Amino acid sequence: MVETFYEVLRRQGITRRSFLKFCSLTATSLGLGSAYAPRIAHALETKPRTPVIWLHGLECTCCSESFIRSAHPLTKDVVLSMLSLDYDDTLMAAAGHQAEAIIEEVKKKYKGNYIVAVEGNPPLNEDGMFCIHGGRPFVEVLKETVADAKAVIAWGACASWGCVQAAKPNPTRATPVHQVITDKPIVKVPGCPPIAEVMTGVVTYMLTFDRLPELDRQGRPKMFYGQRIHDKCYRRPHFDAGQFVEQWDDESARRGYCLYKMGCKGPTTYNACSTTRWNEGVSFPIQSGHGCIGCSEDGFWDKGSFYDRLTNIKEFGIEANADKVGGTAAAVAGAAVAAHAAVSALMRAKSGVQQKSEVK
Amino acid sequence: MGVYETQGFKIDNGGKRVVVDPVCRIEGHMRVEVNLDSNNVIRNAVSTGTMWRGLEVILKGRDPRDAWAFTERICGVCTGTHALTSVRAVEDALGITIPENANSIRNIMQLNLQIHDHLVHFYHLHALDWVDVVSALKADPKKTSELAQSISSWPMSSPGYFRDIQNRLKKFVESGQLGPFMNGYWGNPAYKLPPEANLMAVTHYLEALDFQKEIVKIHTIFGGKNPHPNWLVGGMPCAINLDGVGAVGAINMERLNMVSKIINDSIEFIDKVYIPDVIAIASFYKDWLHGGGLSGQSVLAYGDVPDRANDYSAKNLLMPRGAIINGNLNEVHEVDHRDPQQIQEFVNHSWYKYPDESKGLHPWDGITEPNYVLGPNTKGTRTRIEALDEGAKYSWIKSPRWRGHAMEVGPLARYVIGYAQKKPEFKEPVDKLLKDLGLPLTAIFSTLGRTAARALEASWAAQKQKYFFDKLIANIKAGDTATANVEKWEPSKWPKDAKGVGFTEAPRGALGHWVRIKDTKIDNYQCVVPTTWNGSPRDSKGQIGAFEASLMNTPVAVADQPLEILRTIHSFDPCLACSTHVMSADGQEMATIKVR
Repeated sequence: MVETFYEVLRRQGITRRSFLKFCSLTATSLGLGSAYAPRIAHALETKPRTPVIWLHGLECTCCSESFIRSAHPLTKDVVLSMLSLDYDDTLMAAAGHQAEAIIEEVKKKYKGNYIVAVEGNPPLNEDGMFCIHGGRPFVEVLKETVADAKAVIAWGACASWGCVQAAKPNPTRATPVHQVITDKPIVKVPGCPPIAEVMTGVVTYMLTFDRLPELDRQGRPKMFYGQRIHDKCYRRPHFDAGQFVEQWDDESARRGYCLYKMGCKGPTTYNACSTTRWNEGVSFPIQSGHGCIGCSEDGFWDKGSFYDRLTNIKEFGIEANADKVGGTAAAVAGAAVAAHAAVSALMRAKSGVQQKSEVK
Repeated sequence: MGVYETQGFKIDNGGKRVVVDPVCRIEGHMRVEVNLDSNNVIRNAVSTGTMWRGLEVILKGRDPRDAWAFTERICGVCTGTHALTSVRAVEDALGITIPENANSIRNIMQLNLQIHDHLVHFYHLHALDWVDVVSALKADPKKTSELAQSISSWPMSSPGYFRDIQNRLKKFVESGQLGPFMNGYWGNPAYKLPPEANLMAVTHYLEALDFQKEIVKIHTIFGGKNPHPNWLVGGMPCAINLDGVGAVGAINMERLNMVSKIINDSIEFIDKVYIPDVIAIASFYKDWLHGGGLSGQSVLAYGDVPDRANDYSAKNLLMPRGAIINGNLNEVHEVDHRDPQQIQEFVNHSWYKYPDESKGLHPWDGITEPNYVLGPNTKGTRTRIEALDEGAKYSWIKSPRWRGHAMEVGPLARYVIGYAQKKPEFKEPVDKLLKDLGLPLTAIFSTLGRTAARALEASWAAQKQKYFFDKLIANIKAGDTATANVEKWEPSKWPKDAKGVGFTEAPRGALGHWVRIKDTKIDNYQCVVPTTWNGSPRDSKGQIGAFEASLMNTPVAVADQPLEILRTIHSFDPCLACSTHVMSADGQEMATIKVR
């Protein structure tokens, strides 16, 4: 009686024909040949929803709030039909012992097959007791919960980099997840918070294709964090033309000129804001007149004022410098990307299908 | 501590100790311990903030124009309210005024937060304390439809609609993967709703989940994103351009139309879904009027929503301001944030250290030095706490007091003060609600009263959002399109030393930021937030805080199921990330922290 991925599609008006087409397309694009299509279809039709344990460390809950803003898919469809959100302090009915018992149950019942999503991070000072969970240091709970997980999602700037509580002098020694968990695949989804559809996009990608998204060398999905905000900013032509806002609410601000001189960090920030935009595409910070504060970048709190003009980029020849700042490979020729993606997809698909056949 | 009396409560820590940790469906990390007597009635309550982030020490030495972004990250649930409080504090310190349009836009955003926060709180953080999800499976969809149509003209109310939702829910439950509903307290006798009311409420839980994402788009239009929109010292960053070159990328007619539509949709959803649901649910819980705590004796509000820009006096604030003590509703005291005798914080039972802990400190002179020590009667160890010793230090929350009194803040406090001040906007809806339910005025001093006040306030806020939208349009029509004052943007124009205070009414209650600026940098930053007031531990006189008081004398139906505890604690909408970051001092470094 489990509502499977296929049933969700059906309920949302997708025909069986389209579903099978999707499966064979998936098989082909993974380089597996059409023979694999029925196996993929079978897996998607029958597999139970993947359990997700969503833990909270030191944070502000903005990631949870962002997650419930998702428009496609709707959060209710994610929670009711796509995954099984078995533990999330923010939304779950149970509390105390009844809540803690769920973690144990999921660990046992779905050993190696559940995902741990971490919002916030563990503080290590004061024996970890700056964040107490069930009378114990959060860092202990985190390590135990992750021990039998398939993969970890590090939500937001807190889990990915440390964020505001880790800004200097980091009084609690708030520590990003990858420095505490070293033996599991971790997908970082940075931002303060990340965009809602980026969050659900990453999760549904993992559930649909049963693999991690392609990550850059900092562990971020390339599909959303592969380019700078500046690269796709609709105000970019004003940057190129040397038309800048000189002070708040001046004539240039009203005309929508470039915010670079007002401290915009778009040229050094890797995120999807200028393309996916926020809250169902309504706007993004630059469109609403404020520069990007760089909230998806490591240590963005400690790079000077949000209103300091970036001095480490040049108006021309921006690629080399910004690349150094961002720490990620700049966009290379399309053909090379495609070739690379195809090879790695094939490699993963082979192991992915083996995994799938083990999943009932 | 044994047995003692305080604030009209008899505290007795004998009997059976029950621990709830984590308390879920809140923001942040919190623990509650209670003692039950032989009849399972709560005779002692201990509430503990279990996280601390140290944000204010991080602010020291930063550019005060950046502070809004740091403090906004105190909380992503009440997103924006700390940012607004922060820009007000910095503007107060530096003598910066803002344009009328910026005031209207800020008010629209702040009211928008109230609406969103109250709605999400009721349906997604609080409803499951009143609503039995599993019972909804037994409902008759036809009767559910009749119930829904008898209380509201909301169109999504046909039998087929409720049947579809019920089928989906059935399938979900039968899958055996209950997700967020796993291990809930389904079937507990403290649930009082008939299956049909449960099905209606669960349906609206899902509808509200869809709708809440629409509400916040107002933040996105003016602030670029939500959660955590952008703000600006001196005004707002969004320029207005209705019909000139480049209008397509500014606040233009299309953007204003979207704001207007969301405002109208919000009014409709609140008045046709949220308010009727609260009344319907309340009508089945009229006999459960526990949880009043301090609400009938000591309440505090700072006031908010300035009608005209730059005037923060009580008469210009649309939200009530004042303090009531000793249950005397005939006297509402004026509140002064700058008076060192009024607002003070104590640390006798908090994991912090003062040179002289017999005295409280005003936020201007606050000291925060972490001091994680457990009392001699603690059960367990330093990193494995089984039961806390409330006779000693036991929380990461400080104990703020107003003229020595523990106070409740939040929607109910605001309504009690507005009622006492005989403001029709606050008094009339309360009287009407009580009349509809056939309850006396004293009934509002309860868990239910807190929940109802929040709903009434959401409706009030939705109307006021419209008021400020109209005001914004009228002002633009009169030829004023200014959104920012940049006269004192450059630090070279600031005084060498300055101090200021900013305040708002966050969804959860009175919020204040105190800032000192020296040589253009933040010298000291202190926040006293709503959940610090409500979640405060005891003080040197043994006075209990609002959470603890609200749990007193409540009977628990099933001792090992904390349903009633959750119901009352949730009615405050606790925000622990807010309450437990409080920190800093004049130049105090975090020298005592050992790095291990």
